[in-house]
Amino acid sequence: MGRSYLAFVLAPELPLVDWLVELDRRVESSLSFFANRPLVLDLVGISPTKTETSEIIAFIEERGLRLIAVEGVPTDWLPERLAPLPGKVQAAGMFQPPEEGKSPRPEPPPAAAWQPETATGVPCAALLVSEPVRSGQSIIYPHGDVIIVGSVASGAEIIAGGSIHVYGSLRGRAFAGTNGNTNARIFCSKFDAEIMVIDGLYKTADDFDHSLRGTQVQARLDRNVMNIEQMS
Amino acid sequence: MAKVLVVTSGKGGVGKTTSTAALGAALALQGQKVVVVDFDVGLRNLDLVMGAERRVVYDLINVAQGNAKLNQALIRDKRVENLALLAASQTRNKDALSEKGLARVIKELRAQFDWVICDSPAGIERGAMLAMRHADAAVIVANPEVSSVRDSDRIIGLLDSKTEKAERGERVEKHLLITRYDQARAGRGEMLKTDDVIDILSVPLLGIIPESEQVLRASNLGQPVTLANPLSAPARAYGDAARRLLGETITINVPNERFNLLGRIFGGRAA
Repeated sequence: MGRSYLAFVLAPELPLVDWLVELDRRVESSLSFFANRPLVLDLVGISPTKTETSEIIAFIEERGLRLIAVEGVPTDWLPERLAPLPGKVQAAGMFQPPEEGKSPRPEPPPAAAWQPETATGVPCAALLVSEPVRSGQSIIYPHGDVIIVGSVASGAEIIAGGSIHVYGSLRGRAFAGTNGNTNARIFCSKFDAEIMVIDGLYKTADDFDHSLRGTQVQARLDRNVMNIEQMS
Repeated sequence: MAKVLVVTSGKGGVGKTTSTAALGAALALQGQKVVVVDFDVGLRNLDLVMGAERRVVYDLINVAQGNAKLNQALIRDKRVENLALLAASQTRNKDALSEKGLARVIKELRAQFDWVICDSPAGIERGAMLAMRHADAAVIVANPEVSSVRDSDRIIGLLDSKTEKAERGERVEKHLLITRYDQARAGRGEMLKTDDVIDILSVPLLGIIPESEQVLRASNLGQPVTLANPLSAPARAYGDAARRLLGETITINVPNERFNLLGRIFGGRAA
């Protein structure tokens, strides 16, 4: 018997300097999101030299991030504690939040991956929140579903590894399936969201069908397209 | 049992200071012993609205730092017995107010008064946090417009997490006061509906104060509107709100909006 777990995949892009600066910015704004979270470094896309590899690893570890494996470079380039990753990790879509100045609120990670072996995973309890989520508050629950009995205000956000259920108005931002769970859905009794994200794929208020506003809806992915539909 | 009440909003200019003075005076007229405390260090205004600007000798910071006795700093109102003001410092920096010193002042005020009403500065910085820190109850002042409502929502979140009560796992009792309600504009649909404001904030309604030149006139005369012109519409609305704070049941009339708010107010809506 073993234990299954989820890991985020960091996949650097060129130019590397820009990517490192961006990583810094994201880590700073969402430290709680990264704290103690196992990370996998995917270097397949940039084919670095041996020196560059050590530098990237050092840069990431200096920020207190916990690397558990590196993919895409020869094993003997890596320190012993970092195992090369067996098998191919299926990388999830990447979410780029709209620019909105510096925000103290946590943002979704640069990339999140769903490790296939965890798909069979053990059932996790859902997080139940029985009061309104106020503007500026974040509910972050990477382990499963989030159920809100009350409304989610404009400027609030819910980040869930599983589905999001809102028994009230959803006026803020909802990120479901952040661990790469494409089956995650977002449900709400009154739809007025700022942004809806499932597994990194997103729709902003501009993309919403206006006739759905104020109605009871569910959002789900259908072959990499998000469908938001009325429930009756 | 003394009650510490913070009057807060997040957004500036919505009527916190006016409401603090008006509710404070109205409660005092009901026979309660009331002190209004200005937390807006560096930008104090409550002394002006209370008409006591030339009587400030010592302020909240002097008392918190132990440089003055509480009774030296309390300014007794000349019109209403039972009503007192503790002014903010205009010259000091807000960092001069220590958390420990403040806790001692609030404890002393609790011993002397029935109501300690804290007039919060705008924003969510240190001054606003200190104003809500010891609150048992909060009056959230909002105008019927989106930016004010969102800021109020943010403040409610902080009341539920950053106050002493919240940290003990208890709840700060919350009341929504809608101010600057313009009947003509509401009729034209230019403001958020009262119903929508209550729906968004999920806090029981304490009162609706109509927009009125009486409020401005009273402030400029250095008088809480409830004393300056007790029969005016805003003064009556504040008076009713004060009686609701004391636990009385009084129907709230919403001008030009046809629905019954009673169900919302007394229907045990979660706040």
